[in-house]
Amino acid sequence: MENSTEYLEEIAGKEYEHGFVTDIEMDILPPGLNEDTIRFISKKKEEPEWLLEWRLKAFHAFEKMDLPGWQNFKMPDMNFQGISYYAAPSSKPKYDSLDQVDPELLATFEKLGIPLSEQKSLAGVAVDVVFDSVSVKTTYKEELNKLGIIFCSFGEAVKEHPELVKQYLGSVVPHSDNIFAALNAAVFSDGSFVYIPKGVRCPMELSTYFRINAQNTGQFERTLIVADKEAYVSYLEGCTAPMRDENQLHAAVVEIVVMDNAEVKYSTVQNWYPGDAEGKGGIYNFVTKRGICKGANAVLSWTQVETGSAITWKYPSVILQGDNSYGEFYSVAVTKGKQIADTGTKIYHLGANTRSRIISKGISAGNGQNSYRGLVQIGSKADNARNFTQCDSMLIGDRCGAHTFPYIESRNNTATLEHEATTSKIGEDQIFYLNARGIDTEKAVEMIVNGFAKEVLNKLPMEFAVEAQKLLAISLEGSVG
Amino acid sequence: MLSIKNLHAGVEEKEILKGLNLEVKAGEVHAIMGPNGAGKSSLASVLSGRQNYEVTEGSISLDGKDLLDMSPEDRAREGVFLAFQYPIEIPGVSNINFLKTAMNEIRKYKGLEAMTAKEFLALSKEKQKLVEFDAKLVNRSLNEGFSGGEKKRNEIFQLAMLEPKLSILDETDSGLDIDALRIVSRGVNKLRSKDNAFIIITHYQRLLDYIVPDFVHVLSDGKIVKTGGKELALELEERGYDWIKEETVS
Ligand SMILES: Nc1ncnc2c1ncn2[C@@H]1O[C@H](COP(=O)(O)OP(=O)(O)OP(=O)(O)O)[C@@H](O)[C@H]1O
Ligand SMILES: [Mg+2]
Repeated sequence: MENSTEYLEEIAGKEYEHGFVTDIEMDILPPGLNEDTIRFISKKKEEPEWLLEWRLKAFHAFEKMDLPGWQNFKMPDMNFQGISYYAAPSSKPKYDSLDQVDPELLATFEKLGIPLSEQKSLAGVAVDVVFDSVSVKTTYKEELNKLGIIFCSFGEAVKEHPELVKQYLGSVVPHSDNIFAALNAAVFSDGSFVYIPKGVRCPMELSTYFRINAQNTGQFERTLIVADKEAYVSYLEGCTAPMRDENQLHAAVVEIVVMDNAEVKYSTVQNWYPGDAEGKGGIYNFVTKRGICKGANAVLSWTQVETGSAITWKYPSVILQGDNSYGEFYSVAVTKGKQIADTGTKIYHLGANTRSRIISKGISAGNGQNSYRGLVQIGSKADNARNFTQCDSMLIGDRCGAHTFPYIESRNNTATLEHEATTSKIGEDQIFYLNARGIDTEKAVEMIVNGFAKEVLNKLPMEFAVEAQKLLAISLEGSVG
Repeated sequence: MLSIKNLHAGVEEKEILKGLNLEVKAGEVHAIMGPNGAGKSSLASVLSGRQNYEVTEGSISLDGKDLLDMSPEDRAREGVFLAFQYPIEIPGVSNINFLKTAMNEIRKYKGLEAMTAKEFLALSKEKQKLVEFDAKLVNRSLNEGFSGGEKKRNEIFQLAMLEPKLSILDETDSGLDIDALRIVSRGVNKLRSKDNAFIIITHYQRLLDYIVPDFVHVLSDGKIVKTGGKELALELEERGYDWIKEETVS
């Protein structure tokens, strides 16, 4: 009879299901990083002079910056010179219609469950697809255009809406923020751009799907979302990568601007290749995400389900500048095998009556290490600010770890701050209780884990909640006994 | 239906059940009483396949099938139901979804189609009524924040839904208020049939006024040391267990 500990062990060794490689002809820049690399990228993308200057400035800042040292893991050796900073499918730099897309590429996305033809695509979800460095296809563009909504690749936005890009690029995450943000600013390849005009509610989910395919490359995409007054949008990003023995760097930047009475929901289902059971390979996911609630009553909501990557280092943040604005962060992070997650959020309360809510659920199995790191800062003008923080950790087996690092800095004594934290172990008792009702251990673990993460999963757009539940189950398959 | 022969079982090095024999036929209700630490819950655990118990000798069969060979979930699917002495809380898992999963896993094992949401809901309504189970508890997280008595009643609601062959009630009466005791007993009596059987572990004769057993066994130090009818429970209530211990020693 298989016992539950053995099963838990097994989950920890479960293989990654999106680990295939697509065989496509690629334009790849040889590894290396210097001014010429940046000029090459900028030229390849036919960028205006101001953007090249902006990149070069970031690059010079990058050169003077050090890797951070405060994280709860040993920073791996980042050989920035060993990475190729540009890789793109070579058949065509830009796709006007699906017929021009390499059939191999289409097949890849079908395989991932993301059909690109609009007839077949998920009802009510517009998708932008970024394959290695280049945006491949954006669906439902016409329909969105009619409402004045701009949803396109970053490269396209630079060409067609330079004034918007110029106004907001780097306004929330300056390149000086950290070394990975600086690197991204210098070499970012593509990404998505969203603008929702005043008073418009975006009628469908917007979604970007990122896929790293080429070897030795990094992925450095940039997303910029601007919601004008009274606008609303819900946006989702997903990602996968092939299995490779070497580590690949993903250093993305996301900037979000939310004006008066507007609302942005940003959801992430992160499923980069986590490396094998021994910790070989896997994506280094060093991401900077930040949004600003610029106007009064603005709302920004981050939801993330993080199951992939060898190392996840990200702290989606909210600057609550407008009075009465609200920010929230809902997160589930799973680590198993040798995976490390150091993730959380930073909330800056600047305006009066600003509120925030943080719900973090960490699940660790195998030798996985999961840290929640959060900062809640209350500025001197933020009268009556409120924050609620809850960090729950679940341990599966006894070789994994859960850690919480909540920081509070308050310069206003009218603030109300609440913090709750729990740690639980998936107990043999819980599993046995479900077994005794005819439910096998694998399903029992799935139920317990999904129950644990429910509050966060419920925050995801409906179309993706079921996927995320399955993903949690799959990523833990074999971990419990 | 159930046949336990010379059962020896323990935890780690400690032997808890020391040669236990018990025969239960379809349609019967057996009560098991006995002092604290005698091994009553251990018997229930061994029957339902809890992993930390090791069976060192003896056999258990259910309708001719070797139970000891089966995983806990397969035993449940074969119709063994344990109403836990201490039901477990599982946060975030809704009571009703849990039951639906359990029900359909059992049906799958038996080669039956999964129940539709509508059928399931209808059945759930019917059984809630049968055991007078509060509808509010049906949609809450499984046992989370339930009072002690509510947890016990939830066990009986699950029992009513899953309609097992052999139900083992481990001290379901402790923690129930007087009304709840009557309601739960009434529920169990309605569920009794010629095709199923009950093993009722209890410390109190009172429960047996409501659920009238065919046999009363005394379990002491890992063995069944005395068996009688309903009147044995009354005698135990009056005299305690010492006289039986003396009887068995002499
Ligand atoms: N996991 C365990 N490790 C060590 N000893 C155990 C374990 N489980 C049970 N025991 C011991 O086995 C004996 C029988 O326990 P059991 O729970 O079966 O008693 P019981 O008859 O149900 O008692 P009660 O009437 O108090 O419920 C006790 O002495 C108990 O301490
Ligand atoms: Mg007991």
